[in-house]
Amino acid sequence: MPESVLKVEGIAKAFGGVQALKGVSLEIGKGEIHCLAGENGSGKSTLIKVISGVHEPDAGTIEIEGRRFSRLAPMEAIALGVQVIYQDFSVFPNLSVMENLALNMEVMDHRVLVNYRRARSIAAHAVSQIGFDIDLDERVENLSVADRQLIAVCRALLQDSKLIIMDEPTSALTKREVKALFAVIKGLQSRGISVLFVSHKLDEVFEISERFTIFRNGENVASGSTRDLDRRTFALHMTGREFADESYRPAAALEAPALSVRNLTLRGAYANVSFDLAPREILGITGLLGSGRTELVETIFGIAQPDSGSIEIGGKPARLRSVKDAVRAGIGYVPSDRLTEGLFLPQAIERNIVVAVLERLSGWFGVLSRKAVAETTKRWIADLAIATRDPSLPVRTLSGGNQQKVVLARWLANDLKVLILNGPTMGVDIGSKYDIHALIRRLAAKGLAVIIVSDDLPEILACASRIVVMQNGAFVQELNPASTTESKLGELSTGVA
Amino acid sequence: MTVLTSRRMLGRPEPWVFAAIVALSLLVQARSGQFFTGNNLVDLARALIVPGLFSVGCMMVIVSGGIDVSFTAIASLAMYVTDKVILPEDYGGSVLLAYAISAGLGLLMGALNGVLVAFLRLPTLIVTLGTASLYTGLMFGAFAASASGVPPAIAAHGKQILFTAVNNDLGLTSTMPVHVLILAGVLFLVFLLLRYTMLGRGIYAIGGDEAAAERAGFNVRAIKMFLYCLVGALAGVTGIVRISMIDYADPSSMLGMELTVIAAVVLGGTRVTGGVGTLTGTILGVALMTILENSLILMGIPTYWSRAFTGAIIIIGTGVTARQIGLTRRRDRALSTPSKGAQA
Repeated sequence: MPESVLKVEGIAKAFGGVQALKGVSLEIGKGEIHCLAGENGSGKSTLIKVISGVHEPDAGTIEIEGRRFSRLAPMEAIALGVQVIYQDFSVFPNLSVMENLALNMEVMDHRVLVNYRRARSIAAHAVSQIGFDIDLDERVENLSVADRQLIAVCRALLQDSKLIIMDEPTSALTKREVKALFAVIKGLQSRGISVLFVSHKLDEVFEISERFTIFRNGENVASGSTRDLDRRTFALHMTGREFADESYRPAAALEAPALSVRNLTLRGAYANVSFDLAPREILGITGLLGSGRTELVETIFGIAQPDSGSIEIGGKPARLRSVKDAVRAGIGYVPSDRLTEGLFLPQAIERNIVVAVLERLSGWFGVLSRKAVAETTKRWIADLAIATRDPSLPVRTLSGGNQQKVVLARWLANDLKVLILNGPTMGVDIGSKYDIHALIRRLAAKGLAVIIVSDDLPEILACASRIVVMQNGAFVQELNPASTTESKLGELSTGVA
Repeated sequence: MTVLTSRRMLGRPEPWVFAAIVALSLLVQARSGQFFTGNNLVDLARALIVPGLFSVGCMMVIVSGGIDVSFTAIASLAMYVTDKVILPEDYGGSVLLAYAISAGLGLLMGALNGVLVAFLRLPTLIVTLGTASLYTGLMFGAFAASASGVPPAIAAHGKQILFTAVNNDLGLTSTMPVHVLILAGVLFLVFLLLRYTMLGRGIYAIGGDEAAAERAGFNVRAIKMFLYCLVGALAGVTGIVRISMIDYADPSSMLGMELTVIAAVVLGGTRVTGGVGTLTGTILGVALMTILENSLILMGIPTYWSRAFTGAIIIIGTGVTARQIGLTRRRDRALSTPSKGAQA
């Protein structure tokens, strides 16, 4: 390996009684793109904060370009060329692009007065470094997430960075934006800047990084060249569990359809979609954004009204004029953006679970039975293995995977016939992802009809008993998961083949 | 570029508030024929001084992401203690001393807000509701405040005028007090502060994203402390302006004004959630409210209607702003939802 820009050895850090880091090491070469992976709570963020001087380590050394430190102050770390781009980018949404780029530097230089001409030249220089074409006078709140991120990148480059640490930089980007970001990262590399890329997304780790380090429970579990890594060992290192490739087949012969859709059309979204879905089946729908997949399932859930066509539930025609109608008909929907659409984050876990079945749990005059609430909550927490010690804690305190389970529990508490999942494991770490997949298969095996909308192809292959590919608002192909591969599915869904 | 700039201008509230002022002025002129007369305009300017001074501080606090409802209580207590307790009844020296004392008292009272907000990190609304009550209580309890006269120095200051406008039709005269220069001076200094100092940009930065401001290296506590002290001192000055203009120290005459002032500030485009607000918009907002209140009299509408109209303006004006923000958010969400959908 070439000379290292950063070498961290034996770093330990405890918060209260919790040992977040138990003597971890990390080494990054000059101009290297290094990926730091690990599940939530593995200590990735703590290590970043130690390197950037936010936390003082209890033990261990940090070596930056050959200089050794037992601890760093934030300003020292910046002066040494270490820059962190946080998940929220730390930009000022209310200020112009120019000020966002220039302010930090001006504060660092202890300026008292603002010189807009100097600020403009700083900003112009900053964006020119990565050839970022942006209106310097635009307010940052009017920009896309990707552009805000690039502003954070440009700002970091102003400080003569040697190492840029990106904390889960792709979590809010579209695929195309991720590609653009990767091009920028490669550009940094060609200028000799090292990048520490923090992620738990396997595909990204493979695509961008040369070397990797994986943490689990505050310890190093693996590091090496990304070329030597495969999906299964990656998951094993991340979680400490062995995962077999799973697939799903309904055990018994299929019964009459729970859901039948005939010639359903929503202008501008999809046209003439027909399919049947029997209990115990899991239908995987994949396709690009704008293929109409989300609009289709939202129609079945009563959010949108079709222009023509019909929906039958349990063999009877159903008119789903609202979400309420759909819920009454036994349809459940878990949206992709569970954080904003699915949950009351500051509210207790138990309240989130029972919110859809309050009527059933209340007695005379609509007074809620505490006992019934506690029983329902207890049952689903046990059944779905939601990791919490107290159901009265806010949902916010749970990890992404467990939050997703709470959303599922809410629907399952409501005697479902059809469960629709849109991107069920988006933003969820690997361990929880496998758990959720197993859960979905178990639910289907018990007699639920399930639709999964996802462009996570391994997910579709692991869960679906039938796969349909949507393109431009139509079902273009139906596939049997047993006889298809990820690459074939990928070609079909992107329409490249 | 010019097209872009004008599009950007129309997206801002200031031109709309200005248009509303013009429309209202023309309406009142058409109904009464008395709007564009020298004495009415002078009266309006006169009526704008005190709320204008209050609004400057109020705007800065809202921009920083807070809210202040204590400035009228600070102004009242500061002016009352200056007027009745510290200065002798027959004080005839420089009025600047009265301003200095009142500003100093206001600064101390603002500093208490600052300590509670910046160091103890308490919510600003709760803090200022509390201190407003505290200061008002002190004034009426400890100092047994009641309406009373002012020392000769302050009375004489109140009679200093720049010019007099005469309306021959109605035989009315209106005088422009020197206090309007204080408003102009404060506006100029605060403009420089907000636009050309890192301290001022820091106030905007904190209102935009406090955590980011801290990471950027802004001394967030110091900036907040400074801000609340400044707002307190400004309130102290405003208290003396008020009593010298009406030649009378009424401890309760300013109480209750804070809501109208906050409404005017928000009407002028200052975002209640912080980070965005301009002096131009603030003064336009105050002007619109002042013209509305004064014009009802010109149009022969009973004054008790003015409260109803003020209320309607607040709901419409702030409602429009709030709705715009809501729409922007929704647009943002519509943009970001599919982007999340793409990366599972």
